Amino acid sequence: MKRFIARLVLFTIAGTLPASAVRAQRQTSPETLIRNATVLTVTRGTLQNTDVLLRNGKIAGVGKNLNASANARIIDGTGKYVMPGIIDAHSHSMLDTINEGTLAVTSMVRTEDVLNPTDADLYRELAGGVTTLNLLHGSANPIGGLNTVVKIKYGRPASEFLFPGAMPGIKFALGENVKRSSSPTQAGVPRRYPNTRMGVEEVIRDAFTRARDYKRTWDEYRAATKNDKDVMPPRRDLQLEPLVEILEGKRYVHAHCYIASEILMLINLADEFGFKIKTFQHVLEGYKVAKEIAAHGAGASIFADSWGYKIEAYDAIPYNAAIMTRAGVVVSMNSDSDERARRLNIEAAKAMHWGDLTEEQALKLVTINPAIQLGIQERVGSIEVGKDADVAIWNGHPFSVYSRVDTTFVDGEVFFDREQDIARRPELAKERARLEQAEPNKPPAEGQSPLGPRRRRPTEEMEIERP
Amino acid sequence: MRIIVALLICAGSVLAQQIGNPTTQQGVIPPRGVFAIRNARIVTVSGPDIENGTVIIRDGKIEAVGATVAVPAGAQTIDGSGLSVYPGMIDAGTNLGLVEVPQGANGTVDTSEVGDLNPNAKAITAVNPHSAHIAVTRVEGITTTLTAPTGGLISGQATLINLLGTAPKEMAVVPHAALVINYPRIGGGGGGFGGFQPPANLSETLTANERRLQQIRKMLRDAEAYGRTQDAYAKDKSLPRPDRNVVLEPLVPYVRGEQPVIFRADREAEIRGAIRFAEEMKLRPIILGGNDAWKVASLLREKNVPVILTGVFSLPSREDDAYDTLFENPAKLQQAGVRFCISTGDSGPEVRNLAQYAGMAAAFGLSKADAVKSITLYPAQIMNVADRLGSIETGKMANLVVTDGDLLEIRTRIKYLFIDGRPVVLTSRHTELNEAFKNR
Repeated sequence: MKRFIARLVLFTIAGTLPASAVRAQRQTSPETLIRNATVLTVTRGTLQNTDVLLRNGKIAGVGKNLNASANARIIDGTGKYVMPGIIDAHSHSMLDTINEGTLAVTSMVRTEDVLNPTDADLYRELAGGVTTLNLLHGSANPIGGLNTVVKIKYGRPASEFLFPGAMPGIKFALGENVKRSSSPTQAGVPRRYPNTRMGVEEVIRDAFTRARDYKRTWDEYRAATKNDKDVMPPRRDLQLEPLVEILEGKRYVHAHCYIASEILMLINLADEFGFKIKTFQHVLEGYKVAKEIAAHGAGASIFADSWGYKIEAYDAIPYNAAIMTRAGVVVSMNSDSDERARRLNIEAAKAMHWGDLTEEQALKLVTINPAIQLGIQERVGSIEVGKDADVAIWNGHPFSVYSRVDTTFVDGEVFFDREQDIARRPELAKERARLEQAEPNKPPAEGQSPLGPRRRRPTEEMEIERP
Repeated sequence: MRIIVALLICAGSVLAQQIGNPTTQQGVIPPRGVFAIRNARIVTVSGPDIENGTVIIRDGKIEAVGATVAVPAGAQTIDGSGLSVYPGMIDAGTNLGLVEVPQGANGTVDTSEVGDLNPNAKAITAVNPHSAHIAVTRVEGITTTLTAPTGGLISGQATLINLLGTAPKEMAVVPHAALVINYPRIGGGGGGFGGFQPPANLSETLTANERRLQQIRKMLRDAEAYGRTQDAYAKDKSLPRPDRNVVLEPLVPYVRGEQPVIFRADREAEIRGAIRFAEEMKLRPIILGGNDAWKVASLLREKNVPVILTGVFSLPSREDDAYDTLFENPAKLQQAGVRFCISTGDSGPEVRNLAQYAGMAAAFGLSKADAVKSITLYPAQIMNVADRLGSIETGKMANLVVTDGDLLEIRTRIKYLFIDGRPVVLTSRHTELNEAFKNR
């Protein structure tokens, strides 16, 4: 047990090292001028030989021959590409837990309560040019928990990650996961309702029926208090409050789904109760009902080309992004995976390979489109003066498989820099060696020491497999 | 669908007639013939690129390749202007064809037999030529896979197949290409779920691993003895006739070092253990996985053990590993002189992305030329089929991909595809669904 705790300490220390190192080497200059780069503005075309000025956390200039203050850091962008920070509209990074799976409606739980800012995958995502994440609850319930939109401020406390002004949201889920299709039935344990896509609809209808009544009760109370200050307030219901916000258009619904019929079901149900689905997530059969999704005004946040891993993903095709885009749907490419999140640039480029989207359309899939889906398009998602200085410098076109990120800025500060990362590797190796030599961490007299505990956070899709 | 249109327009009716029924469920595979791809950039892989050359395909083989090759009379020609010809890509670490839908459809999964020791489980038996994965993968230029079973300690025998055929034997390049062993892992079961698990007791873990290794060792020794007994009886029929044994018999060529043995091993200790074990048993080892191979590079080189890297797109194994540890793994092995190739390690859906795995390695230090080799010639060499596959050379099997650009770039399209000298229609379940719904 002593050794175990010691190892835990070792791993904890090792895990936080990059964070402290980042903090130490973070540049203090409030101003950075990237000179003579190719700038992928996303909303205003691609600009050759252009400067980008980052000042006070904002993009202060985009143009030729910009001037900077005397103390500004100057980066030669010759041959480089500047792209807006990538926005991942479906992530579970930095969540210590993902699924509150016990109930069919868990709108009372919040991902914001389980943020782990030391998750090493956050740094790996920065190294892939990602700056913003939509952290979603899992897909165990028709109505799941509340989401959190964050900027990846790796090395800072969790409270500094929160994206100010992002629209509040909630996770819904349909299909196999909420039916618990893959969960073994345990003897003596009754299955949780619902068990079919029919039941999924009824769970959501029941919840919104209750929410509508709850809202009416509060509306009546508020009206009554105008005349009579002594009216008893209704009892608060933390499960129904977020649903009322949905009915009032104050909270976005991000609905996990796969097959065409369940997509149509949710559109009809939302229409019935008078609210909007902001995004369908995964929505692998979205191409079959693209015009209905477009007519509802919903967005679609999808995988580039994952398919076939389960029955409801068997008809997924890589042309999905292109078909839905042409139908008028705002489409984004997400990761739903700490691994895939590191290469969303490649995932976006796939929509050019499969389905012939233009470069501009494909760039939008990981920038302005997810920004729109999260209600943060006035702040991020393109390179425009006045927007947040969330940008990445790439050593080649981000749609080339041969390109990688040199530097990633969030609010004008460097949170990833490849040169600095490489420069500090010898120091980290020494530190690791020193820790390994520490008495409690020494390997036993013979044999290899077993690996210490390492948190493996399953993806949402994997987690649902657990009973 | 532009691909199909382009195919029909460019190739004209001659090819179209030959190609026949353009559906993904072909009962008849396209016939071989004589084809000439002219005026194309030819990336031979084994030699220098030919900027403007011709490849002649006859009866399944590459008959000629060069800058000044004459087109034989009667050849169906493809104008390769602006196009590039590459050898078909090879993914040497898949379960392609053994799995249709991994979750929720157990009936479509044929990867793992019951029990720990299944040397007689043969992937070629269970490969489904009509799996949707086959056409979806090949239309992206992957022409050949090593398809391997996964379970237990001795998983079974992998097969090297071309992704075209109506029956397994039509697909097989090497029906029984390698024995697959899961080298016992240290530190618990590894890849499973469960989040926070206290480390197992070390001595118990090592004992359990040694016991598992001993199971493998005993079976291989039994197979050696079995082979000797059968040989002895073959020479001298006066000896008592030994019983045939379906489990041991397939092991004989492997224990004699005539055929390669693939060890699944990712961590340093397992890779070192597998090399040690292979040396002790006089096997011809190949490491499959190899996430920590960069840490063992000098030993791998010294023992000439090749590695099929499946983890380029995996997250680094340790929290304090550099972010690009696995992106750089191929470049580090190349520098150290270790033989390696790059694989998706996937059961089907992701195999079509093989080129991106190699491309990512090129973004992190591997030369572009070596990145192409890592999914063509290198896997062919490692699987001992470089006399037939992996490059564009006279006499080799005509597995060819014609592209409109750099093979590894995402935006590049496949324009023509030949497998075993047969022109393959570039349709799949996915192109068909796209056609069906794109104008709904």
